[in-house]
This record gives sequence, structure tokens and C-alpha cells, in this order.
Amino acid sequence: MKTELKFDFLVDKEKNSITVKREFAARRQLVWDCHTKRELLDRWFAPKPLTTKTKHMEFRNGGYWHYAMVTPDGQAFWNRLDYQTINPIDGYLALDGFCDEGGIINPDLPRARWDVSFADVLEWTLVTTIVFYNSPEDVQKAIDMGLKDGLASTLERLDELLNVIGAPVESA
Amino acid sequence: MANYSVELDSTFHALADPTRRAVIQRLCRGPATVSELAEPFDMALPSFMKHVGVLEGTGLIRSKKSGRIRTCTLEHKNLAAAERWFGEQRAIWKNRYQNLDSLLEKLNRVDHEN
Repeated sequence: MKTELKFDFLVDKEKNSITVKREFAARRQLVWDCHTKRELLDRWFAPKPLTTKTKHMEFRNGGYWHYAMVTPDGQAFWNRLDYQTINPIDGYLALDGFCDEGGIINPDLPRARWDVSFADVLEWTLVTTIVFYNSPEDVQKAIDMGLKDGLASTLERLDELLNVIGAPVESA
Repeated sequence: MANYSVELDSTFHALADPTRRAVIQRLCRGPATVSELAEPFDMALPSFMKHVGVLEGTGLIRSKKSGRIRTCTLEHKNLAAAERWFGEQRAIWKNRYQNLDSLLEKLNRVDHEN
């Protein structure tokens, strides 16, 4: 008995934003915990075949999550998410960023603002994530980064996977 | 690789504007003259030509003049490059959330057993 879970991915080129909406077959507290506790984040956040490794997590206003997405051959892509406003268990605002292993943010690369919200849908949970970039130029830099740092080749394998599943790319 | 990213760069900037996006959408249906493309817009021709210039500069479209008529054509290959990054972002979220489905299923099971 498997019901299709809602998944929307929308690109707004005018607002420089990406909106991801997804339903989960679990109650809101549990979905919230999975987004905010390091031991749970480490079990899902990186797309396969990468794994997640948390170096630092302090989930409070002004705190941050410092983590790596690691390829099977050990290459690590370090990121940092700075928490700005947290409203348990409704949502949080955060600022992402590319950084090094020491957690030092690369000032030459853009940071996007994440607005993540959680809502009840009957017994299930809807998570809406909006990723905002400051300008089209910032999106361009993020694209460049994706191509240069080698993550793109890993992602191509994801693309292949997606083609196998036959999912169309929606963007408007 | 370097050329490719430069191309993608300016492509995103070009697509950030609604007029230019409308032009691209129109050209998806086939080539059109500049006056046909400009018709839906309440805009002076020189302003409209600037948009056409940006699109042409990024390689998203090309145009050819024959007598007094300039016809524009979409470069499908370059448009696909711009969309690729969004496709990758979509793939990341889709894949990541499938991981979360599995994790939630496990956690729910533990919940029920206790």
C-alpha cells in the first residue's frame, strides 16, 4: 500500500528562487527532528551515493550546522548552514554557504537564504523549502561553483538515475 | 569546460528578465521576425532590440537579416545547458528526500514497537 507523495520543484527566475515542496508519511515532530538533529541529518541529507558527515551542529538562533557531503572515494564537499530564526516545529530561516573543513565561509561565493516550513496535512507533514539567491549574478556563481568543484560529475550520475525513473524536469 | 560555464553564466542572466523569457517561449514554437516578437510588448523598438541583443549575445538565439526583415531562431542546445543546473538541483532534492522517506519509515517502525 504505497501512496504517491507530493513532490514539487519550481524555479522562479524572476525572484532568483527555487521552491521545493514535499510530503512525508510521518508526523510533524518526527520530520522536524530529522531536519534539526545531527545524528538524524547524517542519515539522509546527502544525495546518494554521497554520505553526510556533521562536524558541528548547534541548532539555535545564531548557531550553525557544519557538514560535508562525501563521495564514495572520500572527496568531501563542505557546507555550512547558519540558523537565523527558529520557530519549533513550524519552521526556520537559515543562510547557506560553501566553506572549508575548518568552517570558514568562502567570501567569493554567494550565500542563499533558506526558508523552511513544516505543516500538517492530515497525519502527514508537508515541508516547503524556498532557497533565495540575492541576484541573477549570485545564481550564476552558484552554477559555476557546481560545475567547477567536481560535484557536477557526481550529479550527472543522478541525472542518469532520474532519466531511468523517467521524471521530467519542471522549471518555470 | 571553461567555455561551457561562461555560456551558462550569461544564459541565466538573460533568462532572469520576463520579456526575454517570453521571446524564448515564442521562439520555441519556431523562428519569428523581430516585429512579430515585439508585437505583444508595449515597448519602443530600440528597447526591444536591446533584449534581442542580450539573447543573441548569450547564444540563446541567432538572427539573420534579409532586406529589411530580421528573423530570429532559437538555439536549442544552449537553452538546454541553462536548464541542466536546475535539473541537477531537482535531482539532489528528489534523491535526498527519498533517503528521508526510508529514515522516517525506520523511525516510525521503532515508534510503533515501543
